[in-house]
Amino acid sequence: MTSIADGRSTPELDARAGLEKLATYPHHILTWVDDAGYPVSVALEADIDPIDRAASFEAPAGLTVPLDRDVSLTGSHIRPQPGYGYDERRHVTVWGRLTAAGDGYTLTGERAWGWDEAEVPFFEYSERSLPQSRRYFDALSAERGTPVKPRLSLGWLTLRATRLPFLSATVVPVLLGIAIAATHGTFDPVAAILTVVGASFVHLGLNVANDVFDTVQGADDANVTPTKFSGGSRVIQYGLLSLRRMATIATAFYLAAGAIGLVLLAFWGSPALLVIGIAGFVVSLGYTAPPLKFVYRGLGEIAVAVGFGPLMLLGAYVVQTRGILAWEPFVASIPVALFIALILYVNEIPDRRGDAHAGKRTLPVRYSRDAVITGFNLAAGAAYVVLVVGVGVGLLPIPTLLMLLTVPLALQVSRGLRPNYDNPYGLMAVMGDNVQLHLRAGILLLVGYAIVLILGALAPGLDLFVG
Amino acid sequence: MPPPVEELLEAALVGELTVVDRRGRPVTYPLIPLWDGVHVYLTSSTLFSRKLEHIGANPRVALSITDPVAVGGRTDRATIQGDARVIDEDPHGGWERLLPIWAAKEPAIVEFLKARVALPLFFERALIEITPRRVLYWPDGDAATAPQVTELIGEAA
Repeated sequence: MTSIADGRSTPELDARAGLEKLATYPHHILTWVDDAGYPVSVALEADIDPIDRAASFEAPAGLTVPLDRDVSLTGSHIRPQPGYGYDERRHVTVWGRLTAAGDGYTLTGERAWGWDEAEVPFFEYSERSLPQSRRYFDALSAERGTPVKPRLSLGWLTLRATRLPFLSATVVPVLLGIAIAATHGTFDPVAAILTVVGASFVHLGLNVANDVFDTVQGADDANVTPTKFSGGSRVIQYGLLSLRRMATIATAFYLAAGAIGLVLLAFWGSPALLVIGIAGFVVSLGYTAPPLKFVYRGLGEIAVAVGFGPLMLLGAYVVQTRGILAWEPFVASIPVALFIALILYVNEIPDRRGDAHAGKRTLPVRYSRDAVITGFNLAAGAAYVVLVVGVGVGLLPIPTLLMLLTVPLALQVSRGLRPNYDNPYGLMAVMGDNVQLHLRAGILLLVGYAIVLILGALAPGLDLFVG
Repeated sequence: MPPPVEELLEAALVGELTVVDRRGRPVTYPLIPLWDGVHVYLTSSTLFSRKLEHIGANPRVALSITDPVAVGGRTDRATIQGDARVIDEDPHGGWERLLPIWAAKEPAIVEFLKARVALPLFFERALIEITPRRVLYWPDGDAATAPQVTELIGEAA
């Protein structure tokens, strides 16, 4: 039986559980506070009886062990790894009072505490300890009369706060939209650059705003198993940036994106671009922000699919074509949309307890493990079906079938979900593969369109569409 | 410091730091002991800084080295009583002056530090500096034999 004691980052154990753990250690460290107020520790081997909550041992020679105060028995273990350090860290301490028993003593266990990294992984242990770190910095700040905060270099902080590596989710569909427009005979490099930069600002604004609203609504604080792919940037939780500063950064990104959007509308504008721009802004901000809060209503995956699929890709396309719409970019956006939604979907698996706590009704919160894995398989399969059917009916060019090269990676992700479903840190490799799946699928689609462009230039009459 | 205890300090991958909580009870934490020839140093992340609060309220501590596995198979054991001081003027980088002797025991820490963006608060740290006062030494590691006691500064008891 365990409970989380006030401020304790790992479960406090009852004495019996503590003694059961202590019995697994080859030696034990008896510790008490001597009459001068200093701790005294001596290693010995105790006979442990968890049923009776008792540990008995011979009296250590030459030392006076007190019977009138709490003493402790500690077990500690590491496994040295030469040239690296160590692993298999675990320790447990049981406190209680001693009674004399023959030539020795018996400790009656009253309470216990410990940590075993096999039970609570180090990263989770660290996350559970955030309140202690905050308390320490608050005390230091009060003592010095000036704020003392954790720090990161500006470069690392920018990378972490904006989640910059995830920008591939924007760059892929935007470049694809531009590439499709180029195969249709329109390409404006200035508009292309502005589109990539503007869309990136929307994405970065979304990332930062997501942290702000998830913090306000408690989801990120409740999550003690974040990974580098899930759980937000954590910069607010770690005290690296304040909520207000993050809100300011998100606003700045959105304002910059809005300014670029106005330039695009002024020089390459069309009703289609206006509609797509407004829809993109609503989907981006409404992802976590009230009153829409798509992700809290079970619509997060759809919002991400629409935002990072059709809206990004068609938006980039209509900037280039000055408002002319076509089915081809829409069909090409569907596999991209499904794979980006699957990034969110898989990343939500380790977050599901924190999300449920905060009222986020994501699909992994609502459905069972089997249903979630089936959902992944269906969505990934649908991406390939749309591609093949799109090529088959002549909407997509034949070289885009290169995307089928990612099928083995999709199978690898699918196979990795079940064994790691309840292990956030084991799932990290799967989440990494899943990010790669979206990136590689997008790149292969781009390569397909590059082939169309090159062959179109070399052999203008060559038809790369079926039928 | 008795030479065998210095050798134990230099070899130990882990020792057990015991501090005294506000109710006068011992609380023990496994930590890497670092010895510079004068003081014993330990470092603590602010994540696990309760021990630092205890030391701030009561500087009397003990460090024991008991695990033969952590000292390369040696069977002798020691407990060092002393007065601790928390050094936390610069939690971000002040502790890095001990990085060379820390890395000698845990080489991986250098690589972890390069990736501090992954776990920033782990590298917001304080130093614990222990001035040894009294050493208990068990040459054969057996509690059935009385320890050899060395007073280093006055008397602890």
